[in-house]
Amino acid sequence: MIPLNWLVALSAIVFTIGVVGVLVRRNALVIFMSVELMLNAANLAFVAFANHMKSLDGQIFVFFVMTVAAAEVAIGLAIIVHLFRLRETVFVDEIHLLKG
Amino acid sequence: MTIALFVGFAALLVVTSLMVILHRNPVTSALFLVLAFCSLAGIYLLLHAEFLGMVQIVVYAGAIMVLFLFVIMYLNLQHDVESGVQIALRRGIGWLAGAGLLLAGATLLGRGLALGPAAEVSPDQASGNVAAIGKALYSRYLFPFELTSVLLLVAMVGVIVIARGRARSPREDA
Repeated sequence: MIPLNWLVALSAIVFTIGVVGVLVRRNALVIFMSVELMLNAANLAFVAFANHMKSLDGQIFVFFVMTVAAAEVAIGLAIIVHLFRLRETVFVDEIHLLKG
Repeated sequence: MTIALFVGFAALLVVTSLMVILHRNPVTSALFLVLAFCSLAGIYLLLHAEFLGMVQIVVYAGAIMVLFLFVIMYLNLQHDVESGVQIALRRGIGWLAGAGLLLAGATLLGRGLALGPAAEVSPDQASGNVAAIGKALYSRYLFPFELTSVLLLVAMVGVIVIARGRARSPREDA
């Protein structure tokens, strides 16, 4: 039996790595991967609590999160591909059309 | 044994996650992300979430990462150029914010967790939980499950519309 605190701490660490990745990188694809890391950290917390409470509901919620993540990745990557065709770059600090 | 496996998978997960955000080459980042997802699947297996472990491998490490790698190679990206005062400053702020977030999490975790009442019926652990998840998905969670299929359809149509672009639509040619 793995202690619940360890699992929640691991989830927090992975989530923080994802947040730092979003903040420090400028490649839109790597930022997207960091968002995936954050989603997976949340999933890990769900599974940890579901296992601790002997309940299946948390695992089913993870299933739905994965579905939404799959849809999100498909649309996000399509947007990035379209952006690259228009601006020839995937660096988010070079895309500042709304900044004026 | 379980604890030793967990520590191994957890260490692998943290190291590969760090490599994802530290490596300059996007292709290497994506491959490290595959490894991170696989170690997470191992942790799911240790937590008796066999179905999710398999779905993690098939959907994340399989489908989603193949899509990522395909796009990276389609765009033919080189190593990221990251230098200059502004980028270094932003990087410092990012790591500082991460440290603050971790500190906040540690403080909250130190105060302990208040858990609600556990479910009366514990799922059958001996033969895996695929049957139990299937029963729950097709009875109690039937409506959200069906909504998911609509979501995927909308995503599919959206991707086709976005990726096709509007440059060569048949009406404009005519």
